[in-house]
Amino acid sequence: MDYLKNLFATRWGIILVGAFIGVLAPLLQKLGNPPNMGICVACMERDIAGALGFHRVDVVQYMRPEIIGFVLGSFLSALLFKEYRPRGGSAPFIRFILGMFAMIGALTFLGCPWRTILRLAGGDLNAIFGLLGLIFGVFIGTIFFRMGYSLGRSQGFPYKAAGLGFPLLMLICLVLLLIDTPYPGTNKGEFLFFSIKGPGSQHAPIFISLLVGLFIGVLAQRSRFCTMGAFRDVILFKEFHLFSGVASFFLFALVTNLILGQFNLGFENQPIAHTMQLWNFLGMSLAGLCFALAGGCPGRQLFLSGEGDGDAAIFATGMIIGAAVAHNFGLAASPKGIGPHTPEAIILGFIICLAIGLTMRTKKA
Amino acid sequence: MVEVVDARGLSCPEPVLRTLEAIKALEKGELEIWVDNPTSRENVIRAAKSLGWEVVEIKELPDSFKVVIRKS
Repeated sequence: MDYLKNLFATRWGIILVGAFIGVLAPLLQKLGNPPNMGICVACMERDIAGALGFHRVDVVQYMRPEIIGFVLGSFLSALLFKEYRPRGGSAPFIRFILGMFAMIGALTFLGCPWRTILRLAGGDLNAIFGLLGLIFGVFIGTIFFRMGYSLGRSQGFPYKAAGLGFPLLMLICLVLLLIDTPYPGTNKGEFLFFSIKGPGSQHAPIFISLLVGLFIGVLAQRSRFCTMGAFRDVILFKEFHLFSGVASFFLFALVTNLILGQFNLGFENQPIAHTMQLWNFLGMSLAGLCFALAGGCPGRQLFLSGEGDGDAAIFATGMIIGAAVAHNFGLAASPKGIGPHTPEAIILGFIICLAIGLTMRTKKA
Repeated sequence: MVEVVDARGLSCPEPVLRTLEAIKALEKGELEIWVDNPTSRENVIRAAKSLGWEVVEIKELPDSFKVVIRKS
């Protein structure tokens, strides 16, 4: 059948994609990315927010090429395989809000679903609570779906250029990264901020990060890889297709970490992690709920953006702005624990998600 | 008369949810599902097959895909 032309969308195809990601992410860590953070869409979008000066936390400012690669790789793949389709208009500002709170939740746990899996694969047992939170948040999302929740239909745009915005923005960010350097002894270049200490200063070589990002962008676009969808489909439909990709991701990351000596089992003193388990759980619950309501994990939103999906681009933008809000307002956690206003933000996020889930429903006959 | 599910423009997981609702209501017969992207097409086909429905037609149109499934 025609649809089998896309081998990466088959069961073995997505397992292979998970394997590639599971090997490449720990390798990025070995080559300089922060520990248990070979890839973290939330943390890296936060670093991009810092690089652009949207927040001024000087330890997390860096224009992460991986994120740029995800979008551009997906864009190139979509063009090549004729799946580039500019579209949007499905409650975009609601998606922006969901993106913001997804990031606030993720920065409470200190990771997105991708980093949840990588932290577990690195032996960080605090991530168990994050994973449970993610599953719980997705579960709440499925309840809303069963009640008829929908953000409405998107429309195709008649002009091909309409979907170029986010890929173009990422390209501009890449150019800035390539032409700018920080003034000696400072964290500021002509345009961008560059951390000179902390996780923002830890990064693999630019071109390796970019190449890996591009490669994963292509694979993920072809395979429709989605870490949130993996759990959602098991809960909603007992369907394990996406889950098999995520399981493969975890297993290959675990083995790669063991080989590279990047596995350290325990709760205490884990890198870029805290042990406030209630907030690890609640943070990822909120994030998981937001991803579920928006239709994709943060990686998937980037890959969709590359395909020309304006709604996904707005969600991703919401995440970047959410990172700025989180750090500027004391909402983000750190290895020392949650921020001074994290609890209020998490509660507010759940109230808003509840309102969105309950009010945006198609009437059942 | 063929039952039609119009899932065009809907985000994951709505196309599959609506397909499964229609399958549950119909129990057997023929169902036509409209989606507007390859991912939804793949998801809907996978869901239908998992419940024992046969895919009898997949048609690509300018801005959408039509998937026809059947169960006797």
